[in-house]
Amino acid sequence: MTDTVPDSLAAARPPQSQWRNVWDQYKTHRGALWGMGFFLFVVLAVLLGPYLWTIDAQYIDIRARNQGPSLSHPFGTDQLGRDTLARMLSGGRVSMFVGMTAMLLALLLGTLVGVVAGYFKRLDGPLMRLTDLFLALPLLPLLLVIIMLFRDTLRSAFGPETGIFILIVFVIGITSWMQTARIVRGDVLALKEREFVIASRSIGTPSRRMISRHILPNVLSPITVSATLGIANAIITESALSFLGLGFPSDFPTWGRLLFDSTDYLQQYPERVLWPGLAISLTVLSVNYIGDGLRDALDPRIRGR
Amino acid sequence: MLKKSILLGTIAALAVVPAAWAERGSDGHVNIIYWQAPSTMNPYLSGGTKELEAASLVLEPMARYDEAGNMVPYLAESIPTVDNGGVSDDLTSITWKLKEGMMWADGTPVTSADLVFTWKYCTDPAGGCAQSEKYNDVTDVKAVDDRTVTVTFGVSKPFPYGPFVGAQAPVIQAAQFADCLGAKAPECTDANFMPIGTGPFKVTDFRPNDVISFDANPNYRDPAKPAFATATLKGGGDAAAAGRAVLETGEFDYAWNLQLAPDVLANMEAAGKGKVVSSFGTLVERIMINLTNPDPALGDERATAKHPHPFLTDINVRKALSMAIDRNLLVEIGYGDAGRPTCNVLPAPEIYKSSANDACLVQDVEGAKKLLDDAGWVPGADGVRAKDGVRLSMLYQTSTNAVRQDFQALIKQWWADIGVETELRNIDASVFFGGDPASPDTFQKFYADVEMYANNFDGTDPESYMANWECKQAPRPETQWQGNNMPRYCSEEYDALVAKMAQTGALEERAKLAKEMNDKLMQDYIILPLVDRGRVSAHSNTLGGVIMNTWDSELWNAADWRRTRTQ
Repeated sequence: MTDTVPDSLAAARPPQSQWRNVWDQYKTHRGALWGMGFFLFVVLAVLLGPYLWTIDAQYIDIRARNQGPSLSHPFGTDQLGRDTLARMLSGGRVSMFVGMTAMLLALLLGTLVGVVAGYFKRLDGPLMRLTDLFLALPLLPLLLVIIMLFRDTLRSAFGPETGIFILIVFVIGITSWMQTARIVRGDVLALKEREFVIASRSIGTPSRRMISRHILPNVLSPITVSATLGIANAIITESALSFLGLGFPSDFPTWGRLLFDSTDYLQQYPERVLWPGLAISLTVLSVNYIGDGLRDALDPRIRGR
Repeated sequence: MLKKSILLGTIAALAVVPAAWAERGSDGHVNIIYWQAPSTMNPYLSGGTKELEAASLVLEPMARYDEAGNMVPYLAESIPTVDNGGVSDDLTSITWKLKEGMMWADGTPVTSADLVFTWKYCTDPAGGCAQSEKYNDVTDVKAVDDRTVTVTFGVSKPFPYGPFVGAQAPVIQAAQFADCLGAKAPECTDANFMPIGTGPFKVTDFRPNDVISFDANPNYRDPAKPAFATATLKGGGDAAAAGRAVLETGEFDYAWNLQLAPDVLANMEAAGKGKVVSSFGTLVERIMINLTNPDPALGDERATAKHPHPFLTDINVRKALSMAIDRNLLVEIGYGDAGRPTCNVLPAPEIYKSSANDACLVQDVEGAKKLLDDAGWVPGADGVRAKDGVRLSMLYQTSTNAVRQDFQALIKQWWADIGVETELRNIDASVFFGGDPASPDTFQKFYADVEMYANNFDGTDPESYMANWECKQAPRPETQWQGNNMPRYCSEEYDALVAKMAQTGALEERAKLAKEMNDKLMQDYIILPLVDRGRVSAHSNTLGGVIMNTWDSELWNAADWRRTRTQ
């Protein structure tokens, strides 16, 4: 059993960075690749699209209403003659931006609570009960109340669109950090008992350095995964709000609002529901695939298998 | 023997009469859908049409208006007139007589005390009664005997049919509401949700802003009616869902107020399960302009007369806003055959219709721009006009409804063309029209610069409707935010016209006054009428007896509704 193959392999392959390994593993997940491709495409489209497709999303051209796809309006126009493609692009920008920002906020909160609860035993009980409390809150009714209470204040401080944006991002953020917190806490609890952590504690590493050097890098993988899922969740919540006719002003397109406006015309012009519906579902699906791929790629036990 | 058989025959004949009772409730269940959910069953506590209509299944006035606008007696024996002696010669009193043997749903008799109480209830100075204009100028309501009351007016009242007539002024039971006078009125939840009435149905379960369940009223005056044993009035959802539920799936029998784009409605009707019914009345979709400042920084005093609006108090701005609107296009987009462009807030009946304002039918963007230029409102760098640091930037609110949101978007663009910035807001209809004084989003509170909705009046006489814009009708904290003068318009001249109309008898003279009032409101541009809307509703092919009525509640003849066997 003098097996020299691994040695020769190691010799043939130049030493690789950890991230290179992650990427190699990620590449093998076909769905994740497609997902990432689509997600990048959507991000680029909503970022650059409005510069290339210069029709104003809110401009009403009443003579061109209810048109099907054509060269001048590739996705057709709605019942007031607004260009659907332009509305999709600028609506996507809002939806994606809400998704990402809310996800970052949720991630920050979730990681903070999770790490603190897992690392400091005394805070574990209270923080986890707090998490349970938030988990028990019904999201949509809470949103409705918060929007009613703070809409006017924020509107006068930041203007209608930014005000609502802050409100929605904030509310989605503070109501979706709990899963992250629980996952992170579990991982931190396990990590705390590992030899390398005990060893570094024995040489007197202070807690803040322990967390930043040893704990955080090791819980990165669950955080990343829950981040991707968080984006999907936030996009869906924002769509639900717009669908209910809350949230942004009615002429301010978001994917959810476009979907809501089109439901009356579901039978005559089904494509109008199709575009925003497809955009929401595909984006969420692609984000989920990315999360799936990342989870595999970041797990050293799966990696290289 | 002969005597005995006659006697037996009489008994048998008598037995047939109760057999007629079997007719009541023989047609099972009727499902009604109102996409704006009623929040109370007490019409005196809500200005919303949905509440008036829901309540009309239970509470009845002395007389209602039929589909042609004529009065028909309900609780009353007959309609009092000068000719039959019911109305005094000097027009200062009217005597109503209840039909013999009228019973409340709980089996107690309806007496004149109930009418007297109803008047006291709505005119209590401590309470906000949404229909108080119906009782304008009433100085006393006296019970003459158990079945007769005399209503006395402080002035001569050429149209004395305000109190106790129409869906807005039904009779409520004194025993039930005895402890609910004045400021306590909104607290009587049981009475407000389940009023005991005389109508064809009685409430068995009331869930605010959701579902109301009814049983046939066992004490209804016609033993053969209603044909339905139970009824459900489902509230909430949206107009499209309601239309679909009746016209396409047939789950519901009657859907109210289908404010949908014309092509959408036609498409639904094509499914063949039901019929769309419509008729024109006095319903006008309008934009109300807030003359008071809705700035949240003003706290409790926002949108009250203490703080005038920074720029909408300038008539040139209001006029320019009106000139920029293309009403014909709005009708084409939103209503099709069910709407007509209008420049009057009082579009019907014909004798009251003014033609002095018809210039507004033609859109005039250039004229509007020039008007604003001349008034000193000059465009800034962002295209929004401003004067002395005040920018023409407005918040425009309405209820959530696809047609209204389309209107908002269109009007926003037209206003942008003349240099006025608009922010749109839409509010769930149940909240917007709910009249809840605790909510900041009601149309009475009007925490916005302009708002759009439709309103009308029941009956054919515009006196109390035109009195809506009297100074004292402005919603404010002291009235628990009740009242119909949304713009908080306050003009001595107008109030004088209202007072004058209340004392004028001759029909031509009244028509002239009504036109004058309409013209004053229009030429002051505090209300921008947009579309004269037909009421559009739908009923399933198996529901018979529906008579569309724009002069009273649409459910005015629910007692006559029945199931037709033919599909």
